[in-house]
Amino acid sequence: MNARMREPYGRIFFTVLLALFLSVVPVPSWFDAARPAFLVLTVLYWSIAVPRAGGLTLGWIAGLALDIFQGSVLGQHALALTLVTYIAVREHQKIRSKPVFQQSLIVMGLLFIYEFVVFAIDGWTGHVLYGPLRWLQILTGAILWPLAAALLGRSHAPR
Amino acid sequence: MAAFGVGGNRRLTGHGSPPGFRFTLYALLSIVVMVLDQRGGWLNQARFLLQAAAYPLQLAVSSPSAAWAWMEQSMQTREVLREENARLRTRESELALRALNYEGLARENAQLRGLKEALPPIADRWLVAEIVNVELTTLRQRLLINRGTTNGVFASQAVLDDAGLLGQTMHIGPWSAEVILITDPEHAVPVQIERTGLRTIAVGAGNEGTLALPYLPANADVKPGDLLVTSGLGGVFPPGYPVARVTEIHRDAVQPSAQIRAVPLARIDHDREVALVWFKDARVNNPEIQPQPVPHKSAPAAAVVPALVGAPAAALTPAAPKAAPKAAPAATPAHPPDVTPKSAPPEEAEDAVK
Repeated sequence: MNARMREPYGRIFFTVLLALFLSVVPVPSWFDAARPAFLVLTVLYWSIAVPRAGGLTLGWIAGLALDIFQGSVLGQHALALTLVTYIAVREHQKIRSKPVFQQSLIVMGLLFIYEFVVFAIDGWTGHVLYGPLRWLQILTGAILWPLAAALLGRSHAPR
Repeated sequence: MAAFGVGGNRRLTGHGSPPGFRFTLYALLSIVVMVLDQRGGWLNQARFLLQAAAYPLQLAVSSPSAAWAWMEQSMQTREVLREENARLRTRESELALRALNYEGLARENAQLRGLKEALPPIADRWLVAEIVNVELTTLRQRLLINRGTTNGVFASQAVLDDAGLLGQTMHIGPWSAEVILITDPEHAVPVQIERTGLRTIAVGAGNEGTLALPYLPANADVKPGDLLVTSGLGGVFPPGYPVARVTEIHRDAVQPSAQIRAVPLARIDHDREVALVWFKDARVNNPEIQPQPVPHKSAPAAAVVPALVGAPAAALTPAAPKAAPKAAPAATPAHPPDVTPKSAPPEEAEDAVK
């Protein structure tokens, strides 16, 4: 593919905005526990697909936006998202070459790291952490990954 | 099939700094921001601006449910509206009667105690706010309302609905404010059991929409159905506002404390509008309620009471003559033990949010 092709900044912006919307839109509480981290999945996708355009800066800004919307400590989600984005950007070629099922497993690992960082900061800042339900979204996120990747892939690379 | 359509031959470090360096930079930046935000609100100004920037998107987030509510409302028939109108009218007259009654009772109570300070603080100003966004999960019970500093909203302001206490404001933006509900697990309200006057703290229990009273011993005098009202300690909420009703009590022989659940009176999951309240704080800098010299024994009781309560109040209330003799002994202590601290300092006000 043409290396000079323009990076899909516009698409990245709109999909990330949509993912942020899905992450904060009010839903019934039974679904909320299982709500996949749409924003993390989207940022991860762009970090793997176009690591130059969607990368650390995108991760950090998206995380900060999530912090504002959720009223959490500023920087909490930003740090977690920057960390997983960094891993994804570093290993993007390896991840990209894997079949979708294995990508899902890798994404599950990344989501675990993400949630663990958020969990740890919740603990350090004296927030409430009970409930094993917070880990459920790792599973739903991994299940959603093939679909999300297919949709996002279609959005920027029509064939 | 691999999920990525873009070819892999593009170099990662085409321009800009290597990702390792940028990662370190962003991570450090996040940590600095976190520390500043956590330690004494150094970033309040930045948060204020960011919240203002986020408000349009927050409005967009709430638009599906708002659109649904609007549709529902515009589809209502004339019959339903007429019925609602009639119902509201009866309720209004009922409330007006009750308010009359309440004024009288409050004055009588004040006279009995012989203290102006015993008058419950009066809601000075109300502001109705619409709920823009609701977040009711196990870990967080928050609302976003469409009023901010431009409307004079301040941090830690009491938020009520017509049935009881809802919560308090937390992060304030120019046009919006986040409200932490009393059922949020990070929120605690100082309460008093109305029947016994026992003071304790009600902590939010999260998802179930209930409050827990974790600090009462197993032998505490609590019954199902007891009303919890705000005690006024902590300085955020004025005393005497209804909060919740006790529903369950488990007394375990092994545990030193009772497990008590209470259901908030405010209809947290039904409300579409809430009220922000400014209280006229009569207790601050009021010379009348500063420690008074002990009245002379020979002074007629009737002369003492109007001076303390305010002459028009005593003259208007039919109960005044009856109350006057009882009020005289109660007026003597210079420091009443049973009243809330005068004008709680700001540090104390923060206690209500853990």
